[in-house]
Amino acid sequence: MSVFGWRGVAGRVAGRAMTLMLFPVGILVLQGVPVQAQQEPPYFVTYSSALEEPGNLEIENQNIAATPKDANGFFASTVEFEYGVTAWWTAEAYLQGQATDHDSTVFTGFRFENRFRPLPREYWINPVLYVEYEDVSAADKSFLEITGHTSITTQQVPNATLRKEVERSIEGKLILSSNAKGWNFSENIIAEKAVDENESWEFGYALAAARPLSTKGGGRRCTLCRQNIDVGAELFGGLGTRYGFGLKQTEQYAGPSVEVNAPNGFTYKFSPELGLNDNSAAVLWRFGVSYEISQIRDWFRRSK
Amino acid sequence: MRIRMLVAAGLMGISAASFAVANGEWLKKVPQAERKRLNPFAGQPDAVAAGRNLFLANCAQCHGKNAEGKGSRPNLLSERIRGASDGDIAWLLKNGEVFKGMPRWSGLPEEERWQIIAYIRSLNEQKPEGQQ
Repeated sequence: MSVFGWRGVAGRVAGRAMTLMLFPVGILVLQGVPVQAQQEPPYFVTYSSALEEPGNLEIENQNIAATPKDANGFFASTVEFEYGVTAWWTAEAYLQGQATDHDSTVFTGFRFENRFRPLPREYWINPVLYVEYEDVSAADKSFLEITGHTSITTQQVPNATLRKEVERSIEGKLILSSNAKGWNFSENIIAEKAVDENESWEFGYALAAARPLSTKGGGRRCTLCRQNIDVGAELFGGLGTRYGFGLKQTEQYAGPSVEVNAPNGFTYKFSPELGLNDNSAAVLWRFGVSYEISQIRDWFRRSK
Repeated sequence: MRIRMLVAAGLMGISAASFAVANGEWLKKVPQAERKRLNPFAGQPDAVAAGRNLFLANCAQCHGKNAEGKGSRPNLLSERIRGASDGDIAWLLKNGEVFKGMPRWSGLPEEERWQIIAYIRSLNEQKPEGQQ
């Protein structure tokens, strides 16, 4: 049974997740809801300083598939709701699940996050503060970030065992981001602490750079025009714990990424992320689709 | 009860700040060097056409398809915009007025921001003098 052949459990779950995700989005498109192009670079793990525009809601389905050595292949899906509360504050909620070949399909947890831009102007480097609460089981395979000492060999443990171990934690990130000559450069420093267990602080990082293929807009609407395509690269991994800081026994990944901003409001992202050491999977295949609903708060206001 | 009132007051404050009518205060913050910058695409029909697409994709949701404004979000066919230099508007698009609801557009490449300005200029040129 192969994850990449879209057969078996993983294929069925992927199909189901896509159907559930695209059904409400399809209705919105048919209703002619205004859509918007995005400022966000093509990153899966790294955050840039781009926040959601105030009043907009972005719904994203982010998927990952891998066939780690000596472990069953898996497919994990995350649905993300991102809302621009103000021009300096974005709030997000995540729901996560995964399916593992020869094992089971499980819901793995949820996350709430907030991102704040503390400075009123654009500088050569722009900080964003990130605070997240997560309630996620050890069966989570979303790889939204990597912290502490981890290894892909954990995936050998059956879901039934992993899902019993639920970690509730607070995570903070310092996001630094720069925009220059069409390029975006972003750096994230991650610190995570379990709130209900006596575990030490865990650390991680993510670095990325991206640029659109063209920095000028075009006079005609098109899907595969150069200005609608962003390309970039990401590097991320764990940095150990407070008592064992460093790259030893951590997972590390790097890979190129590409994003297409379609004029109908959909954004598609793809990235193969390559494992850089023996603790990592050989390749994590990522695919994401998102749709941004403009000014959803107008639906609830009398004066529009 | 007191906590609820504080939370409600905080949310109302944030909401008021977000929807605050732009009063042109931002013009006083533009550095002189930024104000003098010229639009490299000024008057170019191709740039105006591209700027229109970018405006519809990024700006129209708040400012209206014809830049006429929406609710408390400002009309861009105004004396204030006609009186502002291209450099003033470029500074606003790059930095935003985040505590008054206007986001930054620094994630858009600078050329695209200039194309949007070329389009806004063309809209204002079409309007008869004195019309807001």
